[in-house]
Amino acid sequence: MTQTTAIHGEKISLLRVLGPGHVWALGVGIVLVGEYMGWNFSVGKGGAIAALIACWVAGLLYTCVAMIDSEVTSTVAAAGGQYAQAKHIVGPLMAFNVGLFLVFAYTMLEAANAITLGYLIQTVGGMMGQTTAGGEALVLHDKPFIVLTIMFLAWLNYRGVYATLTFNLVITAIAFVAIIILFFAVRPWSSDVLQHNELLTGLPYGWIGVIAALHFGLWYYLGIEGTCQAAEEVRSPARSLPLGTMTGIMTLLIAATMTWFICAGLMPWEYLGQAVTPLFDAARLMDSLPLMVLLFIGTIFSTLASANGCINDASRAWFSMARDRYLPQWFGAVHPRYRTPYRSIVFLVPVAVLFAYYAPLDQVITFSILSGLLGYTFMTFNVIMFRRKWPLGTIQRGYVHPLHPLPALVLLVLCATTYFAVFLGYGTQLMAMMAFFIIASLWFHFHRYRYVRRGDQFTMPWPRPLGDY
Amino acid sequence: MPDINTLNNFQLLEYGAWALCIILGVWMLTDMLRTDMTYSEDLLTSSREGDIEDALVIDPTHQGGHR
Repeated sequence: MTQTTAIHGEKISLLRVLGPGHVWALGVGIVLVGEYMGWNFSVGKGGAIAALIACWVAGLLYTCVAMIDSEVTSTVAAAGGQYAQAKHIVGPLMAFNVGLFLVFAYTMLEAANAITLGYLIQTVGGMMGQTTAGGEALVLHDKPFIVLTIMFLAWLNYRGVYATLTFNLVITAIAFVAIIILFFAVRPWSSDVLQHNELLTGLPYGWIGVIAALHFGLWYYLGIEGTCQAAEEVRSPARSLPLGTMTGIMTLLIAATMTWFICAGLMPWEYLGQAVTPLFDAARLMDSLPLMVLLFIGTIFSTLASANGCINDASRAWFSMARDRYLPQWFGAVHPRYRTPYRSIVFLVPVAVLFAYYAPLDQVITFSILSGLLGYTFMTFNVIMFRRKWPLGTIQRGYVHPLHPLPALVLLVLCATTYFAVFLGYGTQLMAMMAFFIIASLWFHFHRYRYVRRGDQFTMPWPRPLGDY
Repeated sequence: MPDINTLNNFQLLEYGAWALCIILGVWMLTDMLRTDMTYSEDLLTSSREGDIEDALVIDPTHQGGHR
């Protein structure tokens, strides 16, 4: 075999082929599964009205996230997203932690999606009612399909970002349109089908239930910030990233409110709070086969799109950290033909498979939510430091978010409230996660940082920062 | 190895899914190894943050494959 070596100045980089539509598909694709399942556990925590409050409070939280992220990312056009932001604005230890938050949040979410898809296939198998010769019901096991989901999507990601995110664009759009069709099918202008007057019964657990509902309220939007992982692969980052992210959060706010409106008007909160596939259940209540098929397809597509986007984002974060030697540089390779971070994609496959195969779904989801939440907390002081070090006018921004620092302060308050909400249900996991990140930080500080080329980390052509930093 | 004649439809589906998993996994590993052996490590890890627009970029599809 011939050894192809680098000729002077030759480089292999990620391909700039994506447009705003792909950015939208990446962000919404990761999140939309939260409308199909998961959000409704917030109903179980505090009733349907608490879930609506959680939907809007979490919507406010994520609008702040999207605005802040859009401004910073439009200036830091690098794969790794918030990791690259932290490296430029806060420092290496923060960047290392943010990179880990990202990898954990997306890999856990990918595992959760694979578990869900396996469960759906198993359920369909059960509905087919196949029996053995002796009349015993046959069971279609979920494990092969869990692993197949991860393997297939990793393979797709390995083969190139354009095909991966075009696939996401198509299936995400179908899943979103399915929600809109269901919304009009329940005739929201009349009370023929929807029974909000009878089904909305106040706050069964009072205001503490509203706070507890926030935990799963995040599920409506968790992952929208993943759009900025595509920064090195979009043709015009300064335009495409804010456009894709902001249209993404608007899409999700509409989809989340529609979803709540449909489900809360069709099912009592006691059932809705523990349903596995609430939108599909809503379609079943409409007694229409086309609607059932459409919403089932929507559920499958939204799950696939989410896992697909998660593989894309987790691998970019891992790749970026390795490229800066925060992790072994071996992971920082780009495939010369497909132009993807192929070693990072392959490395994260067994990690996702292990969690999907052995860990319970609620634990996996909670680890994902916690990692995401830690990332949002970082964003609050990141944007404040960004504006202080590089005030408006000192560097070119593709988007400037309004009312600064109000969105950052609102985000911080909401994050603190959500930590408390998570603590109410999963205090041990919260502590375990914190302990893990402290140990990882010590490893980075005392061992790994000596391999980092410190001068090479700051890659953006910005002027020297202002202030005493 | 189970007798294929005694398998029910669900078991066939499950074995089919496992087979696809193995094919996809082997494809990725083989391609990764072949790529690693064909190109030098310096070239594969030459991507740098921030200098994408300025550098000469290898694109095998459009530059003769560079093999």
